[in-house]
Amino acid sequence: MSSGDTSLGSLAATFGLMSLFAIGGANAAVPEIHRVVVDVHHWLTDRQFADAYAIAQLSPGPNVLIVTLIGYQVAGVLGAMVATLSMCGPTAALAYVVSRVLGRSSHSPWPAIIQAALVPLSIGLMTASGLVLAITSDRTLGAALLTALVAVLAGATRLNPLWLLIAGGVLGFAGVV
Amino acid sequence: MPVVGRGPPFYSFAMARDPSAALADDDAPPAPRPELGELFIAFAKMSLAGFGGVLVWARRGIVEKHRWMTADEFNETFALCHFLPGPNIVNLSVVFGSRFRGIPGALAAFTGLLAPPVLIVTALAALYAHYGEIDALRRTLAGVASVAIGLLFAVSFKMLLPLLRKRDPLAIALLIAVFVAIGVLRLPLPMVLSVMVPLSMVSTYLMRRRAS
Repeated sequence: MSSGDTSLGSLAATFGLMSLFAIGGANAAVPEIHRVVVDVHHWLTDRQFADAYAIAQLSPGPNVLIVTLIGYQVAGVLGAMVATLSMCGPTAALAYVVSRVLGRSSHSPWPAIIQAALVPLSIGLMTASGLVLAITSDRTLGAALLTALVAVLAGATRLNPLWLLIAGGVLGFAGVV
Repeated sequence: MPVVGRGPPFYSFAMARDPSAALADDDAPPAPRPELGELFIAFAKMSLAGFGGVLVWARRGIVEKHRWMTADEFNETFALCHFLPGPNIVNLSVVFGSRFRGIPGALAAFTGLLAPPVLIVTALAALYAHYGEIDALRRTLAGVASVAIGLLFAVSFKMLLPLLRKRDPLAIALLIAVFVAIGVLRLPLPMVLSVMVPLSMVSTYLMRRRAS
């Protein structure tokens, strides 16, 4: 763990900038977070990154909190706060301004066009997230099979994701995957 | 994060409410305005209930439980937050809070949504920093990660289905291009988006104009 103003400033700059490109939400930003945090800055190893994703999914709250875990890893409690606020603050301010400008009921066709244009991009990003995480995390055949099985199960049924996550933890603990 | 489900229950609920309420001016929202404390607590509850995503709980809390918005208003607000950059649900908290109580309302909802889970996650991060090397914990988290990745694929697939049903070749091509650029080639996101967003906007606009 490195600490000091340099890493806090670096966390703030990294996540503040990244949030502005996070279309489609936190899960769509996972490949970019991985690229910057693991490949560029070497703040986390592949395994730590996969663990952070797992812990964020197990915790209540928005999916974006994976950056809280990364921030803690880099610079402790202060790092966790700085990373979270940098990832959420600038875009929250932008959302406030845009919603004020657009007003309550705008009849402009542009929001619909922008949305239609961004939906395929954000699905592409989310699928890329799945691939990047699978390459990062699923190191055994059993793990890859578990991912595939859950994808089919969760796609076809309305099982509560939390039970599936717990089942995955139990299987991992038991050494099955 | 799943897209807004536009299921019939929400619409029938919306229609059951006074239709003129939605047309009222800015100072008269359809339900009693939530207080700052109410905003904080409501968003904290939604957030703490939200394992694997808060959107479902936000809809339940705002539309069904508190009736602060109709389903239509909620969908409209969420659509706005979905196309803006940043975590959608965080954007939603700010837009929602400010609509009722201005900037203090935005801060109350934002803090309610983030503060409690951030405290929990920070505690977990501290535990992980101490015990992360224990083999049993590593195996357990690896199992959880495998499942979480499967869940992410399932969500992506559910979002993909409407595009496949519409047989929209343009959208599919854009989707695949982004997937390859980011997932396979691992190009930087700002670079990819600076090409793909304008491309997608222009082609969507042209397609719509040709269709109408």
